[in-house]
Amino acid sequence: MLGYLRVWTRPVVSRPLAALAGLFLIVVLCCALFAPWIAPYPPDQIDPVNRLLPPDAAHLFGTDHYGRDTFSRAVYGARLALLIGVGVVSFALASGVPIGILSALYPMLGRVLMRMVDVLMSFPSLLLALGLIVILGQGVLNAILAIGLIYLTTTARIVYGVALRLRSEPYVEAARSMGAGTLWIVRRHILPNMVSPLLVQASFVFAFAQLGAAALDFLGLGAPPEIPSWGNMLAEERIYITRASWLLLWPGLMIVLTAFSLNVMGDVLRDRMDPRFREMMGK
Amino acid sequence: MGRYVIGRIGAAAATLFAASIVIFSFIHLIPGDPVSVMLGDAATPEQVAALRERMGLDEPIWVQYLVWAGNALQGDLGRSIFFETPVTQVIADGAETSILLALITMIWIVLFGIPVGILAAIRQGTWIDQGLSGLAMLLASVPTFWVGLYLILIFAAGLGWFPSSGYPSIFEGGGLANLQYLLLPSIALAAPNAALILRLTRASMLDVSREDFVRTARAKGIRPSRVVLRHILRNALLAVVSAFGFTFAALISEAVVTETVFALPGIGRTVVQSILRRDYPVIQGVILVTVCLYLVINLLVDLSYRLLDPRVEL
Repeated sequence: MLGYLRVWTRPVVSRPLAALAGLFLIVVLCCALFAPWIAPYPPDQIDPVNRLLPPDAAHLFGTDHYGRDTFSRAVYGARLALLIGVGVVSFALASGVPIGILSALYPMLGRVLMRMVDVLMSFPSLLLALGLIVILGQGVLNAILAIGLIYLTTTARIVYGVALRLRSEPYVEAARSMGAGTLWIVRRHILPNMVSPLLVQASFVFAFAQLGAAALDFLGLGAPPEIPSWGNMLAEERIYITRASWLLLWPGLMIVLTAFSLNVMGDVLRDRMDPRFREMMGK
Repeated sequence: MGRYVIGRIGAAAATLFAASIVIFSFIHLIPGDPVSVMLGDAATPEQVAALRERMGLDEPIWVQYLVWAGNALQGDLGRSIFFETPVTQVIADGAETSILLALITMIWIVLFGIPVGILAAIRQGTWIDQGLSGLAMLLASVPTFWVGLYLILIFAAGLGWFPSSGYPSIFEGGGLANLQYLLLPSIALAAPNAALILRLTRASMLDVSREDFVRTARAKGIRPSRVVLRHILRNALLAVVSAFGFTFAALISEAVVTETVFALPGIGRTVVQSILRRDYPVIQGVILVTVCLYLVINLLVDLSYRLLDPRVEL
């Protein structure tokens, strides 16, 4: 178990950028989990006298146009970032993995399913998400579904490719010739070998889910405005950019650094991956 | 070749057919009666009935689809509820802005992404490569609207070099000078996509440089710069060209946000406003047109790919 863990930790520790990225993600995770203890003020505490204050000791990131503490809101924003990331990744994996594996195992079904995935992929991703928001209505869960649908397609494609290749591996054929059932082969041979491609895909999806959610928030079609998400903070304060440009700096930096750190981690994990699968994961 | 082209066009047509069903279903998946939703609470029953009649909502669903698809094939995408004009007119009004924005953005992407990708590849493993690859990943992680806001703050509000928002047509007073309105938006829009092309150029340069013909070229004593430009780059660009279809789709998506930040009168901003106005025919029309464009561009990319690389079996 420890040896297995080292396979993942060694490349991260040996690269300074990856170590920094990992550290930042731990900070974001702590912010999300312990927000009430880290944030000095409640995120929605309005203080009209102290509005649009520049950063100082009492308000590290300054205050917004309601006098709310930007630092506290940025800390609470990590919660939604985590929720969106975990939600989108779960949805993409829970739908993409079965679609990809079933398509690889049953070619007739696969032709239909992968064709449907192609159709979904012919929609520009944000328009697809916006269309779904129109149907489902605005909200955090619906934002997760809308963004998740975009990554269902890429995940299903990758899983399909990996599963097709695994299916013709000699040990899978050997197992089949010894009378192993399909379910057993999926559980014992296909899923375990898929862990590292899926881990890479999960970190990229987690990263791009942040950007997608921020875009939806910014257009006013994502999380409801009362939720302190980084995207909502940018949307609300954008008209104050000339008066208080620092207000947009911190939430924006949180989005950038979170997405960047996840991308760095995804890259490191991909470099560690079986070279036969690496080319399926993009460059 | 002929068989391949016909097969490929057939596949694109099949995808379009399936996509058209998805887009058509869209209006029927919206909870509640779409007509009452579109007209709002103040609508009289007569107005609702009239719009239902106009949209043909009382017909059986497959008849509705055939009528809708038939009209779309003849260039009629229905009428906008808000503007009371044909949807094609609404799209045409935004087309100039969106097309020019996409073209200028593509120029940035090619001018930045490809040369920098080549530089990273020929300096593979050095700090230059690591720095550029890190920069690419950073650019790909930045929300375009956030970059846009700071570009406005620095270059429009601060230095006053460029206009901050809007775009007057180049066909009305001002002429080509109006393109300066698209400069900041195109830079914001280009950033993440140029990063993608940079990474792709680098990766495919490295792939090609491991090929036998490159080793042969070097062994023959051809100058290294010539090997890079004539042997590696030419072949590496094939993979980059094939990514343009994908890049185009990404541009359309992100243009929705960019046009909103810079208040550009393009198709993307029209979509966002139509969502807020519940002007469903416009949303449907825009999505149908962009899917068509995407399929056509991918078709052209695929065909040109096979023309450019004779090794690819047709």
